[in-house]
Amino acid sequence: MHELSIVASIVDTVTESVAAYPGARVVEVRLRVGALASVIEDSLQFCYGIATDGTPLAGSKLVVEILPVVMHCEPCAADVELEGLQSFRCPRCGEPCSDLRQGRELEIEAIEIDEVEEAV
Amino acid sequence: MTTRIVELRRGILKKNDELAAGLRASYSAAGVLVLNLVSSPGTGKTAFLEITLRELKARGARVAALVGDLETDNDARRLAASGAPVRQINTHGICHLDAEMIGKHLDGWEGVTLGGLDYLFIENVGNLVCPSSYDLGEGIRVALLSVTEGEDKPLKYPTLFNSADAAVITKIDLAGPCGFDRELALHNINEIRPGIRIFETSAKSGAGMEEWLAYLARERANRNA
Repeated sequence: MHELSIVASIVDTVTESVAAYPGARVVEVRLRVGALASVIEDSLQFCYGIATDGTPLAGSKLVVEILPVVMHCEPCAADVELEGLQSFRCPRCGEPCSDLRQGRELEIEAIEIDEVEEAV
Repeated sequence: MTTRIVELRRGILKKNDELAAGLRASYSAAGVLVLNLVSSPGTGKTAFLEITLRELKARGARVAALVGDLETDNDARRLAASGAPVRQINTHGICHLDAEMIGKHLDGWEGVTLGGLDYLFIENVGNLVCPSSYDLGEGIRVALLSVTEGEDKPLKYPTLFNSADAAVITKIDLAGPCGFDRELALHNINEIRPGIRIFETSAKSGAGMEEWLAYLARERANRNA
C-alpha cells in the first residue's frame, strides 16, 4: 500500500543522480528488493508509470530483482536460503533460525541512461 | 547516443533510516525505552495501551504515548484518561508512521522531553504491512494479534511478525467463544520468529499484564545498565 511513496522516493533519488548527466534520458531503473521488504512488484510497476510521468524517468523501465531470504544457521555454520516465508527454519537441518542475512533490502542498484553525444 | 550504467546502490528508505538512527541515539541518550505497537485495525492496541499506561503510571514510571491514525483524535483522548501525556499524529491517508512524523511530534510537545520519560509508546496506524518497512528508532517492536483474527495471521503477514521483538495476543478472554487454537497460534508465531517473547493478554480481565509489565521493567533496566 505504500508503494506510491516508495516510487516517489525512487523518482527523487534518480532525478538527483541524472542531474550530473545533462540531457541524458533514463532508460532503466534497477531495484533490489528483499522478499521481506513488504513491497509488491505489481504495485510498484503500477505506481511507477504514474509517478514518473513528467519527470526525467518518464518512459523508463523498472526492473525489480527479488532477493530470497537468507538466514545464518548456527548448527550448520552456513548461510542458507529459505524456500518461502512460512517457516524460518533451516531447510537443511530443520532448526529455527533468527539471524537474518538477506531479505529486507530495498535499494536502487543502478540506472541505465542514454547520453547525448557532445558536439565536436 | 551512448548508453551508460550508473551504479547507485542507494537505499530507497535511506532518509527514513537516517532519521530513525538519529531518533534511536536520542532515545538511548535520554534513557527512555521506546516501543512501536503494530497490528491490524481492531486488534485492541488502544485498550492494551490504556492499561499499560495506567499501570506503569501507578507504579511511578514516567510514560507518554504518540498515537497514529489516518483521522480523528479519538484514541489520543481515550489514552489521555490515564493521565499520561498523549499526542495524536494524523497521517491523513498515509498507511504508516515514519521517522520524520515522530521527530516532528516530539519537537515542541508541551511539557514532554525525552529526558523526562522512562517509557514512550508509539501506537502505529492499524496496518500489518507498511509499518514493517519504516524504522521509528524504537527499542522494541511489538506485533499484536487478537484471538478473533485467526491463528494464521503470522503466516499471512510474515514480514511484520519476523521484524518484531515481542508478540502480544490480545482479547484472550474471548479465546473460548472464538474457538481460538492457542497452541497453533503460538506455533505459527514461532515459525515466523523463532524464540520471540509472547504475551497472552486481556485488557478486560487484566490477564497477562503482570508479565508484560515485568518484561518492560526488565528490558528498560537492561538497556540502561
